Amino acid sequence: MAPAKRAVDVLVRARLLTGGAWSQSRHYSGRKLVSQEEQLVSHRPLYNDQDRNMSSKSAPVESGLRCSLFESYMRHQVRRFAVSTKSSGNASAVKSSRFDKLKEPDVKFFKSAVGEKGVIMDKDELAVANIDWMHKYQGHSQILLRPQTTRQVSEILRYCNSRNLAVVPQGGNTGLVGGGVPVHDEVIMNLGALNKIISFDEVSGILVCESGCILENLDNYIGNKGFTMPLDLGAKGSCQIGGNVSTNAGGLRLLRYGSLHGNVLGLEVVLADGTVVDMLGTLIKDNTGYDMKQLFIGGEGTLGVVTKVSILVPAKLGSVNTAFLACEDYESCQNVLKEAKMQLGEILSAFEFIDRAALDMALTHLSGTRDPLPQSWKNFYLLIETTGSDEAHDKEKLHRFLESTMEKGFVADGVVAQGSTQADSFWQIREGISEAIGKAGAVYKYDFSLPPKYFYKIVEDLRGRLGSAAVVLGYGHLGDGNVHLNVSAPEYDNELLEKIEPYVFEWVAKHKGSVSAEHGIGFMKPHALHYSKSTEAIMLMEKFKSLLDPKGILNPYKVLPNASKSTPNPNAAAARTLEAAEVF
Amino acid sequence: MKIMVAVKRVIDYAVKIRVKADKSGVETTNVKMAMNPFCEIALEEALRLREAGHAKEVLVVSMGGPQCADTLRTGLAMGADRAIHVSTTETLYPLAVAKLLCGLAESEKPNMVLLGKQAIDDDANQTGQMVAGLLKWPQGTFASKLSMEKGSSSVTVEREVDGGLESLKLQLPAVITADLRLNQPRYATLPNIMKAKKKPISQVTPEQLGVKISSDLEIVEVVEPAKRKAGVMVASVDELLDKLKNEAHVI
Repeated sequence: MAPAKRAVDVLVRARLLTGGAWSQSRHYSGRKLVSQEEQLVSHRPLYNDQDRNMSSKSAPVESGLRCSLFESYMRHQVRRFAVSTKSSGNASAVKSSRFDKLKEPDVKFFKSAVGEKGVIMDKDELAVANIDWMHKYQGHSQILLRPQTTRQVSEILRYCNSRNLAVVPQGGNTGLVGGGVPVHDEVIMNLGALNKIISFDEVSGILVCESGCILENLDNYIGNKGFTMPLDLGAKGSCQIGGNVSTNAGGLRLLRYGSLHGNVLGLEVVLADGTVVDMLGTLIKDNTGYDMKQLFIGGEGTLGVVTKVSILVPAKLGSVNTAFLACEDYESCQNVLKEAKMQLGEILSAFEFIDRAALDMALTHLSGTRDPLPQSWKNFYLLIETTGSDEAHDKEKLHRFLESTMEKGFVADGVVAQGSTQADSFWQIREGISEAIGKAGAVYKYDFSLPPKYFYKIVEDLRGRLGSAAVVLGYGHLGDGNVHLNVSAPEYDNELLEKIEPYVFEWVAKHKGSVSAEHGIGFMKPHALHYSKSTEAIMLMEKFKSLLDPKGILNPYKVLPNASKSTPNPNAAAARTLEAAEVF
Repeated sequence: MKIMVAVKRVIDYAVKIRVKADKSGVETTNVKMAMNPFCEIALEEALRLREAGHAKEVLVVSMGGPQCADTLRTGLAMGADRAIHVSTTETLYPLAVAKLLCGLAESEKPNMVLLGKQAIDDDANQTGQMVAGLLKWPQGTFASKLSMEKGSSSVTVEREVDGGLESLKLQLPAVITADLRLNQPRYATLPNIMKAKKKPISQVTPEQLGVKISSDLEIVEVVEPAKRKAGVMVASVDELLDKLKNEAHVI
């Protein structure tokens, strides 16, 4: 064992000294790109060396340090640290030395805090909780806690904070960036048992509930009283409202009802040290001091754990109309959007975009779907929905809108759903694309916000760049400027990944877009954060993080690019080497 | 050949039904309505027969208040040639509907009357059969497949029955009711929706058809079905047997 250790030790030291040597070639080319682009882009630097080092991709195969020992080391590291080679562009998964391991007294304490039933150490249940929905990110936590009250959440966090145990708050585990599963052996705290609906005021439309309530259940509950949740997404049967709030989930109806930043009226959160912060206001207007809850909306569980939510819900209107349209080119799609906003105005409730490749993917891999427009083979499709209170008025408006857009040549062909069955079949296609791509093979998923002019250009540019190596498809919330760019390939391939990243991130940064429109950063994109946020902004985020969670126990290794760094320690380098050697 | 398709406006199948507080019926105000799914299937079959060259005209009819026009427009948008609206504000039960359809058949003289097997609001499954009885025409109900020879005066109907599938050959004119697996209705395309606006919907009254609407039926009360009780856990087989015998009375 000893000789091998030494050889590997050398390699590890080499890696640390050269600072991610295997990414050097790209690192350099990236810097070249910056100097050209810096003239075009005004203020922020596109490339932050420091960030890049710590969060280099775990791409095991790279030119330079190629030898069998190195490769076997990398393979071992991948297995040991459970970073999937399927992942694209994750943060480095070096386990931080500042966290302690789970010990027997800890288990005893947890059992006393949440009861025997609230502590799960069963292998099979843990296996499910340790892996994300896409089966892309897998941790190896040994314990899953299910607190039933806010007080229990507070006790758990206070204890973990004192013991330096890292915690992953988990909701429905439907996130797409690995934010809800452990990276190593963090304690998983699932909020699913906090599932009580506390109150619902039918006059004001304000719902107060615990964060573990499943979105669809809430929708059904208030649906009986004539209201609907302001967000709707494919995961609604499993996702929890606490998770939605923590990721500032967008969804299909953001266009109509706005984001959670506006709809959430109050939160109750528990901080890393166990402090319970009651901001559970139920007032639509409350300008008393700084609006601290906004930090936690979209905080991805890194600043605090949401335990209760107070949300304003809109009335559920009866008249819903859905149309599926085909357009000749992307410019027509933009024109249709403009017309829709003007002519459909207040009744427009969803405006979704599907390109030919995405439609084909859905029709091929999903059972029970059929092409709404078999007679017109076009490259761009739109799914438009209107929601209003008067059937006759809405139908009239919709028909006038469709007539005018057809006359102007923006819409080439289309169909209008004649009842829920047909409307559902359109949504089945749109909501099922993600699942369909998953069935087709390997997929690299991206979620960008871009100005409408460039919404589809990135898809075209990437398609040209990748050629026949992969199928590039684009779909998404055109009304919000949010494109879901997906690359489908027969299998995961690092060469292909090299061509995609950082090309797409740089493309988005060049056009002042967002590298993560609604999916969040999670474990997947801390290294890409700087493409859409300035150094100063990231610095502010880190300040808040260290203020609210000084020990960094909440959801470590995620969101912030420096989240995987240990706390400053003169023996840091030695400590890292030691710990990597411990692996063997 | 002319085909007459009868369609009904019902509450959309996806809507959660709520019973009115006075138990006189279900809530229909501000509730989404749509064409009965089985009627859609019947209309789709008629359109396919026309496209295959077996029929020259597809006529869609509906009866009730002014909102029937919506359903008829949907029918025209799917591709029907023209529509007839029998306007009445009386409550219509299957027999009255059958009599009206009989009256329409006598004036329009179609070779085939297509209907959905039942409406999803009353689940009566009577109208088609009654129409056939009144007209003294052969009937092929629960049709899951329709086939015709070119120029022939008979139609072969495959029916879904409890024991399996039954094949019948009917001499036209005949009444056929559509079942779920007969076809998948088409979407109404935009050009057709625009064209439908110009197609005529003629109005008739029951009096013009010589039908007096009356009913021997009276709705006494409408209540929700009893909520399903939660299951009971039993500790042993003996307890299970005891419960089955003494509580459920099934053994």
